[in-house]
Amino acid sequence: MTTIDPHAAGAGTSAATGERAGGLATSVAAWVTTTDHKKIGRLFIAVSLVAMLGVAAIGAVLGFERIDASSSTIDVGALPQLFSLFRVVLTFGVVAPLGLGLAIAIVPLQLGARALAFPRLASSGFWAWCIGLGLVVGSIIANGGPGGGNSDMVDLFLAGHVVLLVGLVAAAGSVATSVLTTRAPGMNMRRVPLFAWSALIGSLGLVLMLPVVVGTLVLVAVDHQYGRSTFGGNVGIGDWLGFAFTQPATFVYAVPVFGLVAETVATATRRRLTMRGAALIGIGLVGSAFLAGVSQVDAGLRQNILDATFAKALSDIVPFAILNLVPLLGALVVFAVVMLAVTRRPRVLSPFVFSFLGAGMVLTGMAGNVVFHVGDAQLRGTVFEEATWIYVCYGTVLAALGGVTYWGPKLWGRSIDDRKVLPLALLGFLATVLAALPYYVAGFAKQPAGVTEFDYSGPQDLWNTLSAIGHGLMAVTVLAFVGLAMRSFTRGADAGDDPWDGQTLEWATSSPAPANNFAEIHIVKSSAPLLDLKPASRSAAGPARGDA
Amino acid sequence: MYALPAAPPPAPRRQLLVGTALACASGAMLYGGMLAVFLRFRHEALAITGGEWKPGESKVPEVATNIMLISFLGVFIFAQWAVHAARRGVRSHTAMALGLVALVGLAIVNSQAFVYGQMRLAIADGTYQTMFYALTGTFVALMIVGLVFTMVTAFRFLGGRIADREIVAAHAMYWYFLGAVYTALWFVVYVTK
Repeated sequence: MTTIDPHAAGAGTSAATGERAGGLATSVAAWVTTTDHKKIGRLFIAVSLVAMLGVAAIGAVLGFERIDASSSTIDVGALPQLFSLFRVVLTFGVVAPLGLGLAIAIVPLQLGARALAFPRLASSGFWAWCIGLGLVVGSIIANGGPGGGNSDMVDLFLAGHVVLLVGLVAAAGSVATSVLTTRAPGMNMRRVPLFAWSALIGSLGLVLMLPVVVGTLVLVAVDHQYGRSTFGGNVGIGDWLGFAFTQPATFVYAVPVFGLVAETVATATRRRLTMRGAALIGIGLVGSAFLAGVSQVDAGLRQNILDATFAKALSDIVPFAILNLVPLLGALVVFAVVMLAVTRRPRVLSPFVFSFLGAGMVLTGMAGNVVFHVGDAQLRGTVFEEATWIYVCYGTVLAALGGVTYWGPKLWGRSIDDRKVLPLALLGFLATVLAALPYYVAGFAKQPAGVTEFDYSGPQDLWNTLSAIGHGLMAVTVLAFVGLAMRSFTRGADAGDDPWDGQTLEWATSSPAPANNFAEIHIVKSSAPLLDLKPASRSAAGPARGDA
Repeated sequence: MYALPAAPPPAPRRQLLVGTALACASGAMLYGGMLAVFLRFRHEALAITGGEWKPGESKVPEVATNIMLISFLGVFIFAQWAVHAARRGVRSHTAMALGLVALVGLAIVNSQAFVYGQMRLAIADGTYQTMFYALTGTFVALMIVGLVFTMVTAFRFLGGRIADREIVAAHAMYWYFLGAVYTALWFVVYVTK
């Protein structure tokens, strides 16, 4: 046995002693100043899920507001702020930090490392993000979001947004450095676990893309503070920052989903993943979406493109293909690898179901994004874009819930009952489809985005009712999941060290993972080091290609 | 639990260097994005509307801006001297080189303040002025981060951690990055205007 941790008992004892001596204050101080990556990751996940509850409720309110398109029950002036709150918080308060939190908590364990690289940076990143999120939410509530009428609050919104993004970049930098520098001996980049690989790609995307948003925010903030002549003042904020909240830039936040689904399907089949190299490439291609955020190019095809000259058509098609089709192609490659594994009759494990359905939703959003950018579809300015965004965001949340279910035993030492949590995966899937799919239809019927008063032919009440119900169901799903997780992780059955019969290094240490993760550094000889030690019948596929 | 073969402690993988490289890449994206917006507005002002971009009455003090650029050459030499001295374990030379980096860095910040004084632009007077201060202000902020980095590196060395050579190399890398940022700023804002 190589995973006895000499610090584990000590850590537990010191924690217990601390609680006795200082009580709550000591415990809070320990969490605030922690450099344990598992705690930092859990903080990210917890705050994101709380934010998700609020966001889903706002989504439901906005949906119900749109049912009766002829009138508004909410003050008309407050509606743009509510739309801003929904979009900003779901993107940067839930989706981006949720994947990052999972990565911070789990990636060092997968790499066989004793700690995260720059843990204080990651911890500072969490607090910066948390404080920034608070400032952003507070300023929007006080009429300071994009288009807001309170000038001081608009300044606060811009400042808070910078703080929030700097926090995310700091945490992402910590994750990327960990994957690049703290891998166990023998774990070359082709042997890196798929989730860790996706965390690397996603983190690099954030490190490269979010500073561009920060730079734009700085320019807008200086202009808003002094001139208000260049960037359109408060009204122009949405135009200048919108690229960070729209597709395909948002695919970067969803990259970890594809690592998660590939990893859980391998565990569910108890076999090595065939065509693992293709999955690595596919995840990399999804990560290429950061180019859309960096370039801020709205790469769509013009209307009647077949009538355009060759040069003009080419000038549309090339950026369209690079920014919209390549990420979709990457997602399809990963999905193909997963489906190949599914033909081997995997076990129906709740983490796999969550992540599979979540990845499917993200893929649907990516496909919708391609349609949205075809000029002849005439979907600009409609709720179709909102639908693609909801598919991507809710799909990511759904997959992340699967991640929490999967790695919960390693973080808390107890597991969630599979039979109890599995229905929530299906409920979350239904919620996502209901929240987004009607807006695909309504988009083609030309329902305008971002407003509650409109008139178009078709059952507009039906689409908006279904969408509102979908958001409500998502809130119920997350609430039920959080309740179940809190109950299971505090009073549930002991999970054991390897409850899923896993293949990667995190399952080689005890549950919950001790303070320094591993007593000894392991030598890795394949992409599934634990599978090498298990009975041969389970690894019948032999070494995966690219393992050497 | 599974009895995986244990390994000796892994060789250091230059964590600080990789982290600094990522920070520099991040900073490059930040500044590149801001310069791109500046170029876009300049293009619109000059080519599309045919209007004025930089206020005619304001002159760029080219001597100061050129000396700032040349000063970065000095920073590069001193930062690399610090790396060389740290590798050889010569504490006094390392400290002296780091001190010179800080001194020249401060001089560059001072030169930027001089440029502000000479150009006499009011930040609220128009698009060029707003963007000029946003760009140069961000550059000064990055310079201050560099100076703090230099101080931390120097204090670690003066405190006796002379085996910690990686931080000196990372420090040099950050100043190279700052040099690249200023070169871009100099060319776009001060030369092509």
